[in-house]
Amino acid sequence: MIAEIGEIVAEKTYTLTRDSLVRYAGASGDFNPIHYRDDVAQSVGLPGVLAHGMLTMGFAIQPVADWIGDSGKILDYQVKFTRPVPVDAADGASVTVVAKVGALTDAEVRIDLTVTFSDQTVLGKAQALVSLA
Amino acid sequence: MNPELQGRVFAPTAPYLVGREKIREFARAVFATSPVNLDPEAARSAGYADVVAPPTFPVVIQESTLAQLLAEPDGGIDFTRVVHGNQRFSYTRPIVAGDELTATLAVTDIKTLGGHSMVTAESTIADATGAHVVTAISTLVVRGDE
Repeated sequence: MIAEIGEIVAEKTYTLTRDSLVRYAGASGDFNPIHYRDDVAQSVGLPGVLAHGMLTMGFAIQPVADWIGDSGKILDYQVKFTRPVPVDAADGASVTVVAKVGALTDAEVRIDLTVTFSDQTVLGKAQALVSLA
Repeated sequence: MNPELQGRVFAPTAPYLVGREKIREFARAVFATSPVNLDPEAARSAGYADVVAPPTFPVVIQESTLAQLLAEPDGGIDFTRVVHGNQRFSYTRPIVAGDELTATLAVTDIKTLGGHSMVTAESTIADATGAHVVTAISTLVVRGDE
């Protein structure tokens, strides 16, 4: 399964729509209206409805889970939220995840994620530690 | 924000019983396609008692601890000014359906930077036997007056 440091192990683009945000709100219990109401988002100075940061964090790890075939082997996962993802009512938003081997020992592999929307990264220091046991 | 929050440890939350359908609902919401997250048979063949929660699932349980923090009478945290800065999950073992989990919140760090404050909230999540399952660490940025 493991090759070498720097290798891209997975790459996937996700299309978010307003429906995705409503579904995530219900599943997670985060009903902050900036994630489904443009008027509320605009009243606090945002361009419009944004994706939940935790939704982006949530799907950004999925290419890694598919690559290892068992999400239970993910020991640690962290991100920094650096830029919001606005989700247009009609067009949605496309977010691309690239997962690369950042470090490797006999027991664990560190996967570094690059997550971009509109050619700009939206997560910083997005890293997952995966058990090879 | 009240700097005296640093070091404060809150009462454990009421036990949260992790349901199979809740895991599947959450898995679909984060675009999970891994069979161990969705199919009990696949999870059992991989050695788990039931479906495995996706890595960010603890946010569902962490939510109640962050509510405790924001409701703290002397906390001085204005919810409308809170932005999520960082998030981390550190696991001892994955969450599976059937787990009964309790979260204990501790405020581990408070910093003021420019007009903004940053609070690090650590939710330690344990199972019904008291064994550690996962720690969810959030850094919240509270924006100062514009």
